[in-house]
Amino acid sequence: MSTLVRNEPQRIHPHRFIMWIAIGSIVMMFAGMTSAYIVKKNQGNWLAIELPVVFWYSTAVILVSSVTMYLANTALKAGKTSFYKTLITITAILGVVFISMQWEGFKDLETRGIALIGPQSNSASSFLFVITGLHMLHVLGGVIALIVTFFRSFWGQEGQTNLVPTQIVATYWHFVDVLWIYLFIFYQLIA
Amino acid sequence: MSHEAVLHGDAHGHDDHGHHEHHDTFLTKYVFSQDHKMIAKQFLITGMVWAVLGGLMSVLFRLQLGYPDSTFPFLEDLLGKWGKGGRITPEAYYALVTTHGTVLVFFVLTAGLSGTFANFLIPLQVGARDMASPFMNMLSYWFFFAASIVMLSSMFVETGPFSGGWTAYPPLSALGDASPGSKTGMDLWIISMALFVVSSLLGGLNYIATILNMRTKGMSMTRLPLTIWALFFTAVLGVLSFPVLFSGFILLIFDRNFGTSFYLSDIFVNGVGALPNEGGSAILYQHLFWFLGHPEVYIILLPAMGMVSEILSINSRKPIFGYMAMIGSLFAIAILAFLVWAHHMFVTGLNPFLGSVFVLLTLLIAVPSAIKVFNWLTTLWRGNIRFTPAMLFAIGFVSLFISGGLTGIWLGNSALDIHLHDTYFVIAHFHIVMGVASMFGMFAGIYHWFPKMYGKQLNNTLGYIHFWVTIAGAYLIFWPMHYEGLAGMPRRYYDFSIWESFKQFGELNKFISLVSMIVFMVQLLFLFNFFYSIFKGRKLTNQNPWDATTLEWTAPINPGHGNWVGEIPEVHRWPYDYGKDGVDFIAQTTPVGADESQH
Repeated sequence: MSTLVRNEPQRIHPHRFIMWIAIGSIVMMFAGMTSAYIVKKNQGNWLAIELPVVFWYSTAVILVSSVTMYLANTALKAGKTSFYKTLITITAILGVVFISMQWEGFKDLETRGIALIGPQSNSASSFLFVITGLHMLHVLGGVIALIVTFFRSFWGQEGQTNLVPTQIVATYWHFVDVLWIYLFIFYQLIA
Repeated sequence: MSHEAVLHGDAHGHDDHGHHEHHDTFLTKYVFSQDHKMIAKQFLITGMVWAVLGGLMSVLFRLQLGYPDSTFPFLEDLLGKWGKGGRITPEAYYALVTTHGTVLVFFVLTAGLSGTFANFLIPLQVGARDMASPFMNMLSYWFFFAASIVMLSSMFVETGPFSGGWTAYPPLSALGDASPGSKTGMDLWIISMALFVVSSLLGGLNYIATILNMRTKGMSMTRLPLTIWALFFTAVLGVLSFPVLFSGFILLIFDRNFGTSFYLSDIFVNGVGALPNEGGSAILYQHLFWFLGHPEVYIILLPAMGMVSEILSINSRKPIFGYMAMIGSLFAIAILAFLVWAHHMFVTGLNPFLGSVFVLLTLLIAVPSAIKVFNWLTTLWRGNIRFTPAMLFAIGFVSLFISGGLTGIWLGNSALDIHLHDTYFVIAHFHIVMGVASMFGMFAGIYHWFPKMYGKQLNNTLGYIHFWVTIAGAYLIFWPMHYEGLAGMPRRYYDFSIWESFKQFGELNKFISLVSMIVFMVQLLFLFNFFYSIFKGRKLTNQNPWDATTLEWTAPINPGHGNWVGEIPEVHRWPYDYGKDGVDFIAQTTPVGADESQH
């Protein structure tokens, strides 16, 4: 691992750079989805859906998780390893809470008699399910990355902590946060 | 991880301990290799296998088109129930056409072309020890390999591979009952394509990061060879357009398997009745598909353009004409690629005003394309041309790009497209301009960089035979198709002999089929040359056999993992100093002399 820790202030680390391009790629995927949503909506046969209340709470949860992620990154830079581990754990737990709240939101829709999939479903609810579900999977990926980072932080030797993996996960985590905010506002405005 | 980290550290820095001993086993050297050069060869050889299979499929369905009334007993031996009575069944015909398209577009001309040359050339030409993430690079190949296995296995299922065309439009792709191939065949098709998209993304991310982050000292962006510029734009196109296709596929999977109505509506299906779905739009899929589909054309074409620019300059012993204009036109093409997708959809009932916008944007592509063509021709002009096989294929590329590009101006007109849409005119256009042309770019690249890849020379005589038969064959096959298309002959039909108006083309179709068989045979000759030369080819004695200026030729004849022994060379000039101040060529690593003229 030691070879990775090298000070090259001029250039961004290639792995971090890869994450930024990957984010561009994921943005295109969701841009494709939300464009399809708009196209489909304009073609009629559309159901106006009131978003589940729990989505407001889940939005708050993911916002808080971004703050804890930020603090975790700062703690690592400052060398406060145990604080860092606590914060990473909290972030991952908040991620899981977010995912389960989104799932609750789907159940809420179904109890209101709105089919998400199947022959009775309307594209409006199916889109909501597919796009939100896709975002959930991305958060899940982030949670897994956090867990890996968490365990990795035990392996590093004192004084040789590698900042890059945590930075990459942090970038990704803030991204899925912003992505959800975008989707949430999108649903409010377009639907 | 530690292995990767060490490698990575090497690749990133300009340190002097680049050459270090690896203790590779067979598995880590040839199979799960993280060396970009080996991964490139893996992509190339997998792509070749697919090219042979895809080519063979075209020969088989050309047999049906050329000889609709004859029977060939060997077909029953080869295809079993799909060739019953020595004749390809209609279902098999559609499966062959679909798989030919999918395989050639995605597996050969995307993975086989970008995968091979981006992997091989980027680190070598920008001066890096390996990719930004060699591990991701390895994963990229293995996702492609998995995609290949799934696609291959789809050919052996009871109901056959997917047969609804390479574009996989719903309802044929969304509805299991639509055709035999829409069942398991389509399931496997979509799994394979999903794996392929992941492979492309992993590769593309790496290519971009490597080009932007890992160039050697002195290698500014304006000193990059045009191959690298082209591969850069290709990767950007892929990274931004494949996710949109992926979105389209996700919705397709939901329609197929979870009863949603994104694409499916209450259409009536023979034997099934009306579908329970409501309000779906098949056009929505076309938007999502072609948002990838059109950039995909340039994903296929740009690497060929880049390599051709390089090869034309080297073998004309002249600098490339208009280096900055070449980069600018690549950039313009990359931007326009995202703004023209609806020209594939002129007959879908598109708003005519919107149609005219897409006509304008489409025809604008002619401007950067023409800039490129003129620059290639002016590079050749008064050059001291060496007609190596690579050079011939590069010139062939320019010829095909002009011929096929001109018909693009016809098709880009929505008014003309109403008549020409889905006819053989379209087949002729895109095969010449993107299919065969890119294939020529790929051949040019293989002939040119084979010595760097394997440290051996290909046989030139076989190369010349390969070129002349292929270029003549390409025109003989696809030129007559323009006439057929203008006469209204539609694509994807199984048998034209039952129409009075198309009977006149019976002999022409026979001729096209015959030529396609000959051209296919000659490709086997190329394969023989390729594999024979790897083992028995003339050994390379000169590190720089083409007297080229770029960095890859400063590496040892058979470079190890890490590419350069000792330090990575530093770059002092652009890559096209040919014939400058009376000197034949000046390598990029040569410092600029005090009394040197400006280029």
